[in-house]
This record gives sequence, C-alpha cells and structure tokens, in this order.
Amino acid sequence: MNWDIVIGLETHVELATRSKIFCGCSTTFGAPPNSLCCPVCLGLPGSLPVLNEAAVELALKAALALNCTVTPISRFDRKNYFYPDLPKAYQISQLYAPLARDGYVELPGGKRVGIHEMHLEEDAGKLHHREDRTAIDYNRCGIPLIEIVTAPDFSNGDEAAAYLEQLRSILQYLGVSDCRMEQGSLRCDVNLSVRPAGSDELGTRTELKNLGSLRAVRLACQYEAQRQIAILESGGQVRCQTCRWDEDTRRTVPMRDKEQVGDYRYFPDPDLPPLVIGDQQLDRLRREQPELAHEKRRRYARDWQLGDYDCATLTTHPALAAFFEQVVALGAPPKQAANWIMGQVLRRLSADDLGVEEIPMPARALADLIALVSNGTINRNTAVEVFDAVFTGGDPAEYVRTHHLEQTGDVEQVTAIVEDVLAQNPQSVTDWLAGKEKAVGFLMGQAMRALGGKAPPALVNEIVRQLLERKKSS
Amino acid sequence: MNRLFDLTALELAGAIARGEVRRDDAIHAAFAVCTAQNPQLNSFISLTSAAQPDVVNSPLSGVPMAVKDNICMARSRTTCASRMLEHFIPPYTATAVERLLSAGAFCVGKTNLDEFAIGSTSETSYFGPVKNPWNLAYSPGGSSGGSAVAVASGQVWYALGSDTGGSIRHPAACCGVTGMKPTYGTVSRYGLVSYASSFDQIGPIARDAADCAAILDLIRGHDDRDSTSRPGPYAPLSGQLTGDLRGIRIGIPDVYFDQRVDEPTRQAISDCADVLRQRGATVALCHAAGLEHAVHAYYVLACTQASSNLARYDGVRFGCRGCEGSNVQEQFVHSRSLGFGREVKRRILLGTHLLSGDNYETYYKKALSVLHQAEDTFRSLWQEFDLLLTPVMPGPPPKLGQESNNPVALYQEDRYVACANLAGLPALSMPCGIRQEGLPIGAQLLAPPMGDGTVLNAAFAFQQDTHWHRRRPPIFGLGGGTT
Repeated sequence: MNWDIVIGLETHVELATRSKIFCGCSTTFGAPPNSLCCPVCLGLPGSLPVLNEAAVELALKAALALNCTVTPISRFDRKNYFYPDLPKAYQISQLYAPLARDGYVELPGGKRVGIHEMHLEEDAGKLHHREDRTAIDYNRCGIPLIEIVTAPDFSNGDEAAAYLEQLRSILQYLGVSDCRMEQGSLRCDVNLSVRPAGSDELGTRTELKNLGSLRAVRLACQYEAQRQIAILESGGQVRCQTCRWDEDTRRTVPMRDKEQVGDYRYFPDPDLPPLVIGDQQLDRLRREQPELAHEKRRRYARDWQLGDYDCATLTTHPALAAFFEQVVALGAPPKQAANWIMGQVLRRLSADDLGVEEIPMPARALADLIALVSNGTINRNTAVEVFDAVFTGGDPAEYVRTHHLEQTGDVEQVTAIVEDVLAQNPQSVTDWLAGKEKAVGFLMGQAMRALGGKAPPALVNEIVRQLLERKKSS
Repeated sequence: MNRLFDLTALELAGAIARGEVRRDDAIHAAFAVCTAQNPQLNSFISLTSAAQPDVVNSPLSGVPMAVKDNICMARSRTTCASRMLEHFIPPYTATAVERLLSAGAFCVGKTNLDEFAIGSTSETSYFGPVKNPWNLAYSPGGSSGGSAVAVASGQVWYALGSDTGGSIRHPAACCGVTGMKPTYGTVSRYGLVSYASSFDQIGPIARDAADCAAILDLIRGHDDRDSTSRPGPYAPLSGQLTGDLRGIRIGIPDVYFDQRVDEPTRQAISDCADVLRQRGATVALCHAAGLEHAVHAYYVLACTQASSNLARYDGVRFGCRGCEGSNVQEQFVHSRSLGFGREVKRRILLGTHLLSGDNYETYYKKALSVLHQAEDTFRSLWQEFDLLLTPVMPGPPPKLGQESNNPVALYQEDRYVACANLAGLPALSMPCGIRQEGLPIGAQLLAPPMGDGTVLNAAFAFQQDTHWHRRRPPIFGLGGGTT
C-alpha cells in the first residue's frame, strides 16, 4: 500500500526586541539565572502587563513578509495551565483573534506553503532538572514570541526543512529574529500523520517536539512517518500523542497522550485592551520592508549575471549579502567580489570561528584589494597573502607598499632573469626544442620563483616564449 | 472624645496646615484608637511602624489613613486576608498609594477584608471577621469592611478600598460612611491584587463626599503601568462641588426599587430624593429593562476572571506552600488547598467550570451579551437622566455568621451595586438614614462613565442639607483620649 505523509509545522520565534513583551526586563541570552526578572514577568500579585510596541512592530513585519492578512483589531487571551515555569499559571497568547492569518511562503522550488495564522505570545521560563530536584530560571519568562502555524502542506521532512530555512532567511533579513535554533530562538514542533495515498481524510497525528536542528526535523519526520506506516500496516492504530525527538537514539519517544491534557480554558485577557493596528502603520512597514533573500538572488542574477550557486551562497545571511553589496558598491566587479567572498572570506571566517555577521574586514579593504589585482599592482597569489594579513585589520595598499609586494612590469629586468633561468636549465631548453611543450611550464615556474612572484604571469610567459623562439632560430 | 475625630480629612489637613494641630498628634491619636478598638472590631490586619515623610502644600497632607490589604505597599505585608499571602511582602507600592504618600498622607495600617476581596461580609478573612461598629453582631459589609469600619469608628480619617462588585459601596452603606467607586480606568490598578480585572477599581471611603473628591483628585490619573488606565488629563473633582443641582435629572430605576427593598430603605431613598429635589434636581421613577440579569452576568465574568487571576498562587515563588508531594502537581494541590479559604475555593471552582470545555460559549459569551445589553440600557437611560438613585442593599446589613448558609442568596444582594462595575460607571454610596435597630442605610448614585463629578456634587449637595453622614456609632473615637 502507498501512503501519503501529511506534515504541518508550528514554529515559535523569539523576537529580537531589547526588552520583554510585557515589562522592561532585558532579553539578553545567557545571563545568570533569574537576573532578568521583575514583578511583572514573575507574576507577583498586583503587577500588570504593558504591551511592548516594539514586539508588535516586529511581528507585523513578519506577518507582511509572510503574506498574511493582519487582523485590524486583535486580542490577547489567557491560556490557563499550571506549570512551575509559568509564573501566572497562564500564558498571555492570542487565540480568538490572532494578529495575522492566511499567508503563505514560497519555497525555492516554487511550492507554496500556507500560513494558517500567526500570533504574539510570551515565553515561559526554563526548568533545569537536577538529580533530586528541579531549578527554575525565569529569565526567559516574557520574552516575546511569534507562533507561526502552517497549513498541513508538507509531504516530507525535506520540504519542512526547506520551509524552515526559508522562514529563517526571511525573519533574519527583516531583523525580526536571529533565529538560532541551537539557542532556542527558533523552535519548531511538527504535526505528522499518514493516510492511504489519495485519501482525503487526515490520519491520527502525533506532535513531535525537541527538534534542535533542521537535520533533526528531516530525520524525525522520516522516522515518525515510517513508524506510523509500520503500525498501520500491521493493523494497529496510531495514538494521538506528543513525542520527543531523541537525538542520540534517533527515535521519537512518547511524552504524553494528548487526551490527558485538559483544555486551556482560554478567555480574553482583561488586563490588556484590544490591539488596534492602523493602515498607516501597515503602509509604513510595507514601504520599509527590506529586500529579502529571494529578491536579492533575482537581482544578482539579472543585474550582475551571477550564477545560481553564487546567488544562493551570498544570500544565505543578510550580513553576508550586505557585505557583498558594499564591496560592489565600492567599485569591485560583482563576479570578482563574489569569488573573493565565497572563497577567501568564508574560508577565513570558518578558520577563525566567526559568524558571517562578524566579518572583521571592512568592505572598503576588500574592494581596495580587488582593485589592486585589477590594476596589476599585485597578482592574485600575492593578493591572497595580503588578504590574510589585513583580514583582521589593516589597509591592503599600505601593506603592499611596506612589504614591497608590487609586481614589476619592467621588461628588461624580467628578460634578464628569464635569461638566467634558461641558462641554468639547459635540459628544459633542449626538451622544448625537441618539441616538449610542457617544458615551458617548468621554466615559467622557475622564472616566477626567481621574480618572487611579483611580475605579471602573462608578461613572464611572453618573455619565456620569446627567448625560446630566439634559441630555436639561432 | 478627642475633638480631632469630629473633623473631616480636609478639615484636619487644614488645621495641620494652619499649625492648629500637630501632624504627630493626629497620627498618635489614630494609632491610639486603632490599638484600643482593633481587638473588638478587627478592622486592621497590620499596623505600620515605619516613619513616613511629611509633605506640605497638599490638601490632605498629614492626615492618617488606611489601605485595604489587597493593595500593595512596599516593605509592608500585603495579605489579601488570605493564609496564602500571610507573609507576603511586595517589593513595590501600588500607584494609588504611591500618589497619596507622595502627597503627605500617613498610612496607619492595612485593613481587613474578605479573602482576596471576594465576598460581601468581611467574614471570610483568614484573620477573622470584621465587626460592624454600630452593632457588633452585624457584619460591616464587604469586601472592604476593614476600611469602612476604620473610617466609621474614628480609627482613621479615610481609607482606600477596592470595588469589584460593590466592595466599597456596600460596606460604606453598612457602616454609615461615604464610599465611591470611580469610573473604571480612572484610578490605576497597578499594585491592586486582581480579583476580576475588568471590574476591579480602587476608591476612597471617607467621612463625606468632599473628602472623597479630594482623595480621588490625588489618586486619579493615567498610569503607564496599567494598560486599562484611561488617558488623561482629568478635570479636578473638588472644583465641581457647587451644591447646585438645578437642571440635574435623576432617575430611580424600577428594577432596583421593587418589592425586594424593605420599608425603612424605601422610605430613606424617598426622603433622599426629596432632599435632592429641594436642591433643584428632578427625580422620577424610570423603567430599566435589561438590568435584571446583570448580577448573574457579573458573577459569571467575575468568577472566570478570578479563577485565572488566582491561579498564580501555587506556592512555587511566594506564598503558602503545602507539603511537598511526589510531584509538582501534587504540591500545587496541597498549597492551594491549604492556602485558600472556602469562598475563594468556591469562586475558583465556579470560574474554572465556567471556562471548561464548551462552557466558554455557553456561559461566558452569554454573560458578555448580557453585559452589552446592560450597557445599552444604561446608554438609553443617560439620554433621559444625568444620575440614577438606588438603594445599596435591600435591607439591613447581614448578621455575622449567615454567610456560609446560602451563598447564592447573598450573591443576589449584589444586584444593586454590581451593575456599576459591569458597565464601568462611577458610583457612590452615602448614608441616608438609620434603621430602627440602629444600623445605617445607604443610597447609591450612579452616573455615565466620567460623570464622577456629577455624582460627587449630588452627594455633596445632599450632605449640605442632611446630617446622616455626621452620625457616629457609640464606639466612635473611643480610646483616642480626650482633649
């Protein structure tokens, strides 16, 4: 029997605001436990929430980029449940009138994935389980989140991962979130069910949690689909439950049955007035929306004739694309700038263990370096040496000058050195005269070495051939 | 009896400002009465000991007052009269209290109340019931019973209460003092421990309407820390007390003046109407269809909100923690079972039930539609009337000990006052008579939102021509020494 796999994603994204969603506490990651808390995010009696406008602004940017319809008057609701990491015993979220609905994301292959709805909510604290007790860190309490719920539009884990990659790119370009899965600023739950191929009815779904990477999403979807298919093929029934992905055993492990979870007794939060979003704000946000990755890719290909691979690589992160565009704006030919960035810059970042948003070299330095090669001041090999020297700081032209790395274009000097090289390598000259073309390469190499690499290879090549021809005729 | 106690808060502040009375003497007198009377009346949960800065040039500077113990004051215990918060000391001060303190008010202590302000008899306190100073066998009403008693018995010159469904006006009526629930959103709720957030409002309980206006002028105003706070600025209320009621149209809604209201109360309200007429107002009975079920809707909405607002008391971060169970859920159950009293548990269970499963649609949504209907009714009433006059309660205050017998009957009694909370209206309760058994009767005045000045002016006018607000229970000021 053939099976269709049906997957939907619920993604929680931490918004990149400086302060929390309902109080003024900092959102810094990695601070000492319980050092970023106040009466409001700790839910002390008498404290009241006040909405952070910056969080709304970021959420709206995301909603527009995800092609959603923004709800003119949305509301906050309380999701009630007892848990030690939830100080008020309710989470302020949006159920009945979420911030935005009915959007879509276009995957690189052209497939459209529906966005069912997107809403604002507050994060809970973090439990740290020790051997005999559990410690609670409330720093994360009140960090603003958006939850983005897709339609069940994915048919395998690769599509789900591609969507997450696309979502991450969009949100990073908007500055809405840093989307670091490993730090939990982008967290994804998978809802997965299977059904006989062609059927219209959805099967019983399971919810997968603890997916810490795109790879985990792919593998978990694959594993869970196979697990459900095996159950159904052996005549069993899939249980509606929540499972945890175990990275070590690469299995999904049941956490709890969904039926056991009581309802959340949602009702409108009386402490917060309705959230009214005006057309003016939306128009302004639309105007201010930066160019997104797929738009940049299209432009690089159209205006600068870059290939698909170059376009994709340069736009993986907004910081990299911005660096590239600056180098081009400073006069570097786009293809050369692309080659330098994808080659040397990425090599050095990885060697120095730096992120793409941490490129220490100013765009001006790389543009200057490329110009030094183009105008013949140095050759490419020298340029790589200069690049490594100035990557963490320094002026390329200055470095070339103080280290005497300029190439020589002096024909007489080159001719003299090439004559010496030919004199010292009579066997190669004989070989060439006997028709062995390869000997030129050897002689070229010797000449370049003798010149300290500072002469344009084309010039050296020309002079080697001239002198050899002269020997032939003599 | 110390003559200081005959003064109103404004008069005392004036005497202090003119140097006729020393601030410290007023404070000492207040503490002396509190200390003498509290064992009998149980109006205070804690007395403050900390020195408080003296601020001059403020209309109520130096006047001793009290704060209901569900309103936070930094470094001072705020118990909500619950075992749950028996030892809770908030790290911050409520905006309303902060404003009074910075205007030179002296807080004598925190007053007793129904646990978490849930109740109308002030009997459900973990610290024991409050007694009515007019007759110790009676309840002082609630939930701000301690605040009303503290003012009525001369322990302080005024007090802050909170009113979710009549909790200021009801005890004010039971104790023969003037209490006002201002328009929803005009006094910040920041620092008021939430019971039903949509309806909770802090307000004054004082000797008369003029004091109430002066107190409100200090505590009203927009507050960035409360998202339900109304944008300002507000016109000062004290300036609106002209006593002139010419052209003011007053309605008495039939639903609140029916056969449930007993004869002494009917008579007192009718007499009250006559006084207001003599001041130039017109008073007429009016039909108010659509308010019959307001109190039911109020209870549905208040209980649902209470069940959520009181969920944070789980013993994890603060408050009463029960014995540790085998898992955290068990610990929650132990803590909450131990920390909450019967009535609070009843409301939490009701509220939880009302939100469970499909009940949100069945009850909550229906209650909301009743609320909107009530708002419509009021809107149409405001076409014809500037004020509404009603009783605060249909008969005498409840006798102590009746609370637990029939809670639903007791809930019904809130019908006269809860409608103001449902619609966010300003509402005031003022003494308008004394029953044969020696207990006060209260009249309620209601106005459209932001009509606080109209309400206060009518009460001010009434108090110009009557003496009910100057009647004192026999216990008044006892223990304060004589001068």
